[in-house]
Amino acid sequence: MKIAISSSTGNPDTEFSARFGRCAYFLIVDEGEDNWDKISNPAASAQGGAGTQVVQHLADQGVDAVISGRYGPNAYDALSAAGMKAYLANSGTPRQLVDQVQAGSLRQAAGATGEAMHGQGGQGGRGGRGGQGGRGGRR
Amino acid sequence: MKRIAVASGKGGTGKTTVAVALAESLSVENDQIVLVSDCDVEAPNVHLYLDPDFEQSKDVNVLIPQIEEDSCTGCGICSEVCQYNAIILLKDRPMVFPSLCHGCGSCTLNCPEKAIREIPNQIGILERGIGNENIYLRHGLLNPGEPLTVPVIAALRKWNDGFSPELEIIDSPPGASCPVVEAIRGVDFLLLVTEPTPFGLHDLKQAHQMANELSIRTGVIINRDGIGETDIQGYCRENGIPLLMTIPLDRKIGAGLARGDTLLEIYPEYGDKFRALYKEVDQMIEEAVGL
Repeated sequence: MKIAISSSTGNPDTEFSARFGRCAYFLIVDEGEDNWDKISNPAASAQGGAGTQVVQHLADQGVDAVISGRYGPNAYDALSAAGMKAYLANSGTPRQLVDQVQAGSLRQAAGATGEAMHGQGGQGGRGGRGGQGGRGGRR
Repeated sequence: MKRIAVASGKGGTGKTTVAVALAESLSVENDQIVLVSDCDVEAPNVHLYLDPDFEQSKDVNVLIPQIEEDSCTGCGICSEVCQYNAIILLKDRPMVFPSLCHGCGSCTLNCPEKAIREIPNQIGILERGIGNENIYLRHGLLNPGEPLTVPVIAALRKWNDGFSPELEIIDSPPGASCPVVEAIRGVDFLLLVTEPTPFGLHDLKQAHQMANELSIRTGVIINRDGIGETDIQGYCRENGIPLLMTIPLDRKIGAGLARGDTLLEIYPEYGDKFRALYKEVDQMIEEAVGL
């Protein structure tokens, strides 16, 4: 099983990145082997649809499973369609997380774990709505 | 027909208050046929003041691709040309993500097998009606959770419902980016409503720069004068922006607006003030036409 782990450094021994669509790198490794392949995330600065682009890219690499911190609804739907397993992690290095997958101690996402993200990294609140009452995150 | 937009940069400065006051002052006294277009499609609220009966509505659709499986060869060109990552190719089958699609049509145009059909995806509606003081109102409503405001605003501004008013007043959304640009594009004049706070000034600058980019003449209305010390007048002077009106910070206005009363219902004398403002704006528009 080929596993891709989101990472901000590309190093299998530093803390993984919880961001799926917009992490800087993916580390790809075959389960049971120690050959770590580091690829840049082509969608890291995509205008929109980073999650879907990442899934396409990883599917093209023959990846069977991903490990990340959270998945948006589009990313999750794409992962399901691609038949990839989506593991959820809280903390750990890619090396430790792959060990946890092998030990069966890392759970799989049962659905999207984050809300839809639009635009670059999801823009947060942009200025008060003043008298009209807050409208939450503007997109 | 003349078109005047009301924008602000900062939210909550009083755009709707001003748009409704201007419409009321001209509709009542000058007997003009006035249309208010509420382009704040994420949270339209002009109707709360004008209380219209909406007589007509229309869906706003974005055309999204539907792939005909039988003709699709899985070449992946649709996915490659999509700038929004709304189509991906998995196991040689394209998969469409409607919420990411901007309806640009690139996939349909580039499909060598003509295997893509465009189907409407409803993202909002337009409504129109006649409200208090015979003011005509149109507004757009974006479906909650939909990310694309611009197509709804564009559809609202293009809506040809056979009605030709003498004056259109556009209530813009806050901000200074795409939705506002779509709301104010091509208007004859832009009223910028602000308040004398650091936030009001900061966002006024943003909105003014945007108007300059679009070559739209502007004038400023200071609302809630007295709420802060920020020198809006100084900024207007330095940049040659006419200061057209100052509305004081007044408990009676705040309480009245919060009840749903219009500025003219609270202080009828604002009718004369807004008619004078319109005269001044109208002169500036005519001067610009003469140039």
